[in-house]
Amino acid sequence: MPIPASVLTLAAGILLALISLWVGQNINLMPVAAADDATTVDALFKVLFSLGVGLLLGITAMLVVALVQFRRRPGDHLDGPAVEGNLPLEIFWTAVPAIVILILGVYSYDIYARMGGMADFNHHTSMPPPEVEQASLGNPADPETVIWGGIDRAEGMAFPVEVTAMQFAFIFHYPQQNFTTGELHLPMGQPVELQLKSNDVIHAFWVPEFRLKQDVIPGQPTVLSFTANRQGDYDIICAELCGPYHGGMRSKVVVEDPQSFEEWLIRNTPATVATAPDSSRTA
Amino acid sequence: MDVQHHTPWHEYFGFSLDHKVIGIQYLVTGFFFYLVGGALAGMIRVELVTPLSDFMARDTYNQVLTLHGTIMIFLWIVPVVNGAFGNYLVPFYVGARDMAFPRLNAVAFWMLPPAGFLLLSSYFIGGAAQSGWTAYPPLSITTPAVGQIIWIISVLLLGGSSIFGAVNFIATILKLRRPGLGLFQLPMFCWAMLGTSVLVVLATPVLAGALILLSMDIVAGTGFFNPALGGNAVVYQHLFWFYSHPAVYIMVLPAFGLVSEILPIHARKPLFGYRSMIYSILGIVFLGLIVWAHHMFTSGTPPWMRLFFTIATAIIAVPTGIKFFNWLATLWQGKLALNSALLFCCGFIFNFVFGGITGVALAQVPFDVHVHDTYFVVAHFHYIVFGGTVFVIFAAIYHWFPKMSGRLLNEHLGRLHCLLSFLGFNICFFPQHWLGLNGMPRRVAEYDPQFQLVNQISSVGALLLAISTLPFLVNVLWSAWKGAPAGDNPWRACTTEWLTSSPPPVENWLREAPLVTEPYDYGSAEDAMSVTTVRGRELWSAGR
Repeated sequence: MPIPASVLTLAAGILLALISLWVGQNINLMPVAAADDATTVDALFKVLFSLGVGLLLGITAMLVVALVQFRRRPGDHLDGPAVEGNLPLEIFWTAVPAIVILILGVYSYDIYARMGGMADFNHHTSMPPPEVEQASLGNPADPETVIWGGIDRAEGMAFPVEVTAMQFAFIFHYPQQNFTTGELHLPMGQPVELQLKSNDVIHAFWVPEFRLKQDVIPGQPTVLSFTANRQGDYDIICAELCGPYHGGMRSKVVVEDPQSFEEWLIRNTPATVATAPDSSRTA
Repeated sequence: MDVQHHTPWHEYFGFSLDHKVIGIQYLVTGFFFYLVGGALAGMIRVELVTPLSDFMARDTYNQVLTLHGTIMIFLWIVPVVNGAFGNYLVPFYVGARDMAFPRLNAVAFWMLPPAGFLLLSSYFIGGAAQSGWTAYPPLSITTPAVGQIIWIISVLLLGGSSIFGAVNFIATILKLRRPGLGLFQLPMFCWAMLGTSVLVVLATPVLAGALILLSMDIVAGTGFFNPALGGNAVVYQHLFWFYSHPAVYIMVLPAFGLVSEILPIHARKPLFGYRSMIYSILGIVFLGLIVWAHHMFTSGTPPWMRLFFTIATAIIAVPTGIKFFNWLATLWQGKLALNSALLFCCGFIFNFVFGGITGVALAQVPFDVHVHDTYFVVAHFHYIVFGGTVFVIFAAIYHWFPKMSGRLLNEHLGRLHCLLSFLGFNICFFPQHWLGLNGMPRRVAEYDPQFQLVNQISSVGALLLAISTLPFLVNVLWSAWKGAPAGDNPWRACTTEWLTSSPPPVENWLREAPLVTEPYDYGSAEDAMSVTTVRGRELWSAGR
């Protein structure tokens, strides 16, 4: 007696689910994660990867089976069955993807909100939408004081670094110590807030290991707040076409343990301020 | 009396009003620019064989990538899926002898070659535009003005041509249908062209407006998008993507329509879920208009916008998914002829599903923040427009070449072309996902040496793709001259373009236009036949 088709289908479905779960969880396509939220983004990616592998394998398998099993044999000039549709089937393959998509949307919204992507940047007390909206339409009294988009927990306690993008370099300014460098140093495990602005055209600040990218648009200062959690040197890459040397517009971020970072800060702080590190804040 | 004489050859080089001639003019012109755009892509892949910028000058590289994108979109895919197949097929499908406005139709085509050669000429007079096909200000304001202005004029001409075509399709489908032919009896391609044309008419003028403002910023020193003069660069991005996201559907919806025509014929089954196919087209048209800001998740857009556009973008996968499930169901239990047309359609299904999956992933803001503007995105949209639409264009050429020329294409060369295209395409673009995930941004002439091997694999795929064009060219040229005669209806199809000679006479049918109320009347259920309506099956049986 042949095995019933429904049993075979069920077995194939379970096998497919197991394969895609295994692939999604065990094949790592991402670079090393070096910021707190990077692992959360990677978790989302693993879910997307599993779903994607399952869907692609499933559809490819159906396609291959159809091509092999239903190929026209020589001499066969008959038609296939005149099946014109199947309403329950249509409802099924409309509803299931719709539900999956909505769950995915809520999940990624949650991650993004936790990263600080939904923050109210201009610290209006409540009811943000009308004012934020107005600001983004380019109509504020002083556009340079408005923060445009970005990612920030809006806690205000993060260590600030000013980032200026220009053709074809990133310049970093440490406002509390009042010095400028071409290489970004960050303390490990401490929240930082990059305050980004551009001098000429649109650039984008990207550190793949942090899973963070922010366009830096002239006239629209923005912020990027995160916590680096792994020591090492990582590339800062410009990700928005900015001119002939766009591909060469790179810099380095060095994530150090807090002590080495403090030493680096002191070493680079101009002498007058170095003796009294707090003076720049009061000035 | 030989009424079915062939259209004289010089007709194809003149201001013909025949929709079939115009369709073929679009097809051949588009294919010429495909070869040009492909050569430019080849130059990009040669540059990327090594991590250094050592093959061409850096600003030349940016010109090449700008021309490549602009040509492939505006001079190959949009004109061919809309202009070529739309013009050739829509009048047949509605039972008309030509388009509603034949003169406008010819004007729309004849805007294409000047626009294309204008664009190419810019390279030789001071250099082509070098700000990418997106032309984001302020970069597009600060790069050399001549190339950028010529680019704008050229895209405005092509957009105008596209709008003229769309108006013509809407009028033809709604007003020129043969008496007795209802909207819900039309072949799916007509619905796809109707939906596409609505998108063209609603979205293209917005692009035109944005480009005119941009040109003023460049030549007249206005400050619409120039932050140095108080302008807002992000407003341009909104206007640009309000057209350019629907442009993706302008490129894929007609391809969806073509697949819906090709599959049932070679699977010998009705199109599965006719009504749900129509509703999913309408759903894609509607949703396609409200997802543009997903191209701007890192552009400092307000938070509510990111939430809204994430959900709207991902939900487009639902109507799109319906179409793919319906096509699989169409194939299931059919009698599949494994010819070039059907195999290219299957390649399309695989590639597009792949691109659709990465598309849903890209819609998720936290993930998009990482891969936006990287090679992951490059891979994604090539899976959509190349693996998707271009594969369908080839399927459609294999399917309709016998009707257009009266001769069959060689199937061995066709299947070789399909195999090489599929392998070359996937070798070229599959590894690029990894490049993007691991830190290679798009539009760069130089990159981190750790990516060299994978870039070389990708370039080998590109070489294979270039080679895959050879059997196709040989096949078309040889078959047009010496191919086996096709007869009127080599595929035993029901739709009206097959119910006339190959190639068809000037006004499509010598007698009255046939009325086909069930264009997918394949299948062996005899009892489903009605005696009161004329059905496709009887027509093709009678025609044999």
